[in-house]
Formats: sequence, structure tokens, C-alpha cells
Amino acid sequence: MLPEPTLNTYLALSAVLFSIGTAGVFLRRNLITILLSVEVMLNAVNLTFVAVDRFLGTVDGQIIAFFVMTVAAAEAAVGLAIIIALFRHRESLSPDAFTSLKW
Amino acid sequence: MEALFFWLFAGVAVGASVLVVGQRNPMYSVLLLIVSFAALTGLYVLLNAPFIAVVQIIIYAGAIMVLFLFVVMLLNVSKEDATADGQRPLRIGPGPRRFGAVLAVVLAVELIWALRQIASAPFVSPGGEGVQTSVKAIGLVLFRDYAFAFEATSVLILVAMVGAVILARKDPHAKDQ
Repeated sequence: MLPEPTLNTYLALSAVLFSIGTAGVFLRRNLITILLSVEVMLNAVNLTFVAVDRFLGTVDGQIIAFFVMTVAAAEAAVGLAIIIALFRHRESLSPDAFTSLKW
Repeated sequence: MEALFFWLFAGVAVGASVLVVGQRNPMYSVLLLIVSFAALTGLYVLLNAPFIAVVQIIIYAGAIMVLFLFVVMLLNVSKEDATADGQRPLRIGPGPRRFGAVLAVVLAVELIWALRQIASAPFVSPGGEGVQTSVKAIGLVLFRDYAFAFEATSVLILVAMVGAVILARKDPHAKDQ
């Protein structure tokens, strides 16, 4: 039978999801997919907050997860606006196309 | 029964997230991320957090992902333009890129190792079971203890909205040149 999930199981799942998001940020060459990977990372952190919240029996973690979601919404709006502005300049979504500030 | 649902949702979340990162078409990436969010919603329900589960669906799947889909359709880049210059879609190449991939694997190993070091705690600590996590309880804490943070969030969203409008606006001087 399947093992009963414990707090550690949830934290391990969250760690795996966060690592997948990190790998996406490092490996992908598409600005939109990089932003999506950041969303995966934010969700992994949210899962940690809610799981520990359940463990401690409080609601503070859920409120912080709620704040993380609002910040994610703001980040998505500004990030996508920047992507649209960049695409107008170079007709490309590859991060390698934007190297003007590279030393 | 709860264990079955946990492993089901966990598997769907991890699988969909891997496909989000591995997918070439950004459109499929966005749709798969919605699947991942749905699985996480199931986990939130299992964690006795119905408010976060509903907000996850409404804000993340309903608002943020629609915004992403809108931009993907607006820019109309179905395939990653990496294929145009003959490079592979994944940035596994020489130098810093491979270094980044190694860093991600190291991060995963390190996190799992750290989790194995702490003793496996029982899931609900003593005194944690009876606490109600209804919307009412969350609202009371949110508007009493976190009132300042809540108001600061409204300013943040206003700034983000103005910033997004200014950044995405067409340059009015572009036509002169």
C-alpha cells in the first residue's frame, strides 16, 4: 500500500518542484518559458507554506501564500509587459538576443 | 484513501512541471502549467486549506495563466526560435549553461538530503488538529494581524498595473523615425 504522506513528504515534493523550476530558468532559451518556470518555483514555495501551516495548526502560512500569489500576479503582469516591449525591439524571445548590457 | 490522492496529485504535479520545462511550444507549456496548478489545488484541499485551493484556481489558473496565454498568442511564436539558428532548445551547451544545469541538480540533491536529516515528524502536531482554517478564520487574521501588509499589497498591485501599461505601450515617437 502507498505510504501515508507526512510533512516531510510534502516538503520533499515541494523541493522537487522547486528544482524543476530552477532547471527551467537555467536551461530554457525562451523568455516566456523562463517566466513559467518562475511560477513553478513560486508554487513550490506556496506548497511549503501551506504544508507547514497544517503541521503547526495556524493560518499564517495560508495568508503568506495568498500574498505570494498577489506578488506573482504583479510579477507576471510586469514581466509579460517587458517581454512584449523586448519582442517589439528584436523580434525574438531568446535571452541570447538581448546582450546590450553584457560586459 | 488520502495517501492515494496525495500520490496521484503529486505525480501529476511533478510530471506536468517536467513537461512545462521540457516542452518546445510555449502554448503547451502554459496549458501544462494549468494542469500542474490543478494538481496543486488538490494537494491544498488535502492539506485542509480550501481558501488557498480556490484562490489558486481563480487567480493562478484563471487570471495569470490567461495573461500568459494572451501574450503567447499575441506574439505568435509557436516554436522556440532556437531552432532557427540551429541550436538545441535546451540550453545545455558549453560553459555557464552546463554549470546552471549542474546547479539545479545539486540544489535538488541538497534539498532532499536536508529533508532526510530531520526526523520524520507526525503530520499534525499536537494541538494542530482542532484549528479551523475556514475563510472566516483566515479573514480575521488577515485583516487584523496582517492589515498593513494587505494595504501595502494594494499599492504594489497599483504600481504593477501602471508599470505594465507604460512598459507595453507603443512608443509614440516610433512613427517619426
